[in-house]
Amino acid sequence: MDLIAERGGLLVFCEVKTRTRTGFGGGHDAVTWIKQRKVRQLAEAFIASERPRYQSIRFDVASVHVGSRGWDVEVFEDAF
Amino acid sequence: VYGRVKGVTIVGVRGHPVVVEAHIGRGLPSLTLTGLPGAAVQDARDRIRPAVESAGLEWPLRRIVVNLSPGSLRKDGPGLDLPMAMGVVAASAQVPRERLAHYAFAGELSLRGSLVSTPGVLSVAIAAARAGLEGVVVPAANANEAALVEGLRVVGAGGLAEVCGFLRGTWEPPVPQAQEESQPAAHAVDFSEVRGQEQARRALEVAAAGGHNVLLVGSPGAGKTMLARRLATVLPGLSKHEALEVTQLHSVAGLLHEGSLVGIRPFRSPHHSISLPAMLGGGSGFVRPGEVSLAHHGVLFLDELTEFRRDAIESLRQPIEDGRVVVTRMIGTVEFPARFTLVAAANPCPCGYEGDPRRHCRCPPTRVQQYRQKLSGPLLDRIDIRLVVPRLSKRELLGGSAGEASSAIRARVEEARERQRHRYEALGFPCNAQLPGPVARRTATMSAGGRDLLARAVDTLALTGRGFDRALKVARTVADLAGVDEIGADHMAEALSYRLDLSEGSLARAG
Repeated sequence: MDLIAERGGLLVFCEVKTRTRTGFGGGHDAVTWIKQRKVRQLAEAFIASERPRYQSIRFDVASVHVGSRGWDVEVFEDAF
Repeated sequence: VYGRVKGVTIVGVRGHPVVVEAHIGRGLPSLTLTGLPGAAVQDARDRIRPAVESAGLEWPLRRIVVNLSPGSLRKDGPGLDLPMAMGVVAASAQVPRERLAHYAFAGELSLRGSLVSTPGVLSVAIAAARAGLEGVVVPAANANEAALVEGLRVVGAGGLAEVCGFLRGTWEPPVPQAQEESQPAAHAVDFSEVRGQEQARRALEVAAAGGHNVLLVGSPGAGKTMLARRLATVLPGLSKHEALEVTQLHSVAGLLHEGSLVGIRPFRSPHHSISLPAMLGGGSGFVRPGEVSLAHHGVLFLDELTEFRRDAIESLRQPIEDGRVVVTRMIGTVEFPARFTLVAAANPCPCGYEGDPRRHCRCPPTRVQQYRQKLSGPLLDRIDIRLVVPRLSKRELLGGSAGEASSAIRARVEEARERQRHRYEALGFPCNAQLPGPVARRTATMSAGGRDLLARAVDTLALTGRGFDRALKVARTVADLAGVDEIGADHMAEALSYRLDLSEGSLARAG
């Protein structure tokens, strides 16, 4: 689990994937359904143990691309 | 984030309007397809993204749902590639919407974004016109075909980039050539090439004039195939409506070569190993018209009739009776038109030389009997004209005189058809062969001599009820060719000569 954020009752679990080359697809392509299931399980465990206050939950994927001229981030909100 | 494009899917020969919706929502990039897509439409899922990207358009990296409506209708065929791609392009606001709503889109996409020739475009265009749309956007290769539909703007595009150019108003398509004025294609064969065979020529003229089915029995090399091939050349010319029907069927089957109107009556001669689906129409998923429908308004020739599978022969009953064929597949029931003139050919016996004056038949009589039995049955009951095609004599082979040309025969045939059309106008039958027995008996006027001859034939030839009706209908056609309203004794005599009894004796006698 890479990031957990909260604002106004919205709890966001964010998976961050970094790629230096896109030859095998962008970072978002690496989030398979197995990975998605893992993130969901981790979120459940987090909620069970930490008991955060929230109204809704969202899963995001942040795809970070690092190139020779710096880096950029693409966020897929509500990814799964 | 929402796009809506009109497409058409084909069921049988008919095009059914399909609304392609595309929604771009939040989530990981993916493409989901809903709305009962068939196998070829499922294929498009992976095809349209490369096509869109190759055309210089942007593929939105979002969760995309493409829905095909109505959801109860199974969609198949590659023609939905283009509307699906345009749905995504429209949903991501890459093209203006003004023109989008007034056109139907159809065409298969290549991975490079070009539009390739697609079957069934004529049916798409007809459906679009019926839906009251302004025009259709189709592959350039199919533009002429779509232009056969009047009052429809046809945009023939080479690829996605041009389609977008058209919607943006930056590219105008060339106007497809109206081809009605272009002269109809000529048949490759002509009756003038047939030497001798006077009786067979005459029998085929009668068959063409009345729409009768024909059985030709003769030794190998006697010329059965040659004669059958020329029947299509003496049938009356296709009307505009008939030509459109034929073109539509051939378009759906993917057999339209230059995308132009089929102007001549088709001649189909399937091999005797043909399967039932190939004969009647079928296939898993997309249902294609079979040989009986490809021969619609033309000639279906079955050479070596006895070699065909029994079920294939039996299956011809429905199309011969109804002029259409109903194909039931897993996805539902599909109907194709199938009104053809049947020409069947067979050898007189297994070795082929029974009744031949020069060669000796080596078949044991019991084998000949068995073989003849295959030639009987329900199909033969629906063949009005049956005759022996004898081998040519030496004089006929060497004599170089050309026979009468197809055009001259066709002129007589058309005149005879005109008489029939006039007579049966109120009853709704196009020709003598399609008359039900009671109607034939009611409408035929016979001279005393004709009636007498028919009455005697009932006794001497042991005519059955159906045989009686057949003789009557053929005699009616012979009289129509002669241009008279009353069936005379000579017309009846000729009609009775076209009933070959295969169950007994040698064909030398019968012929």
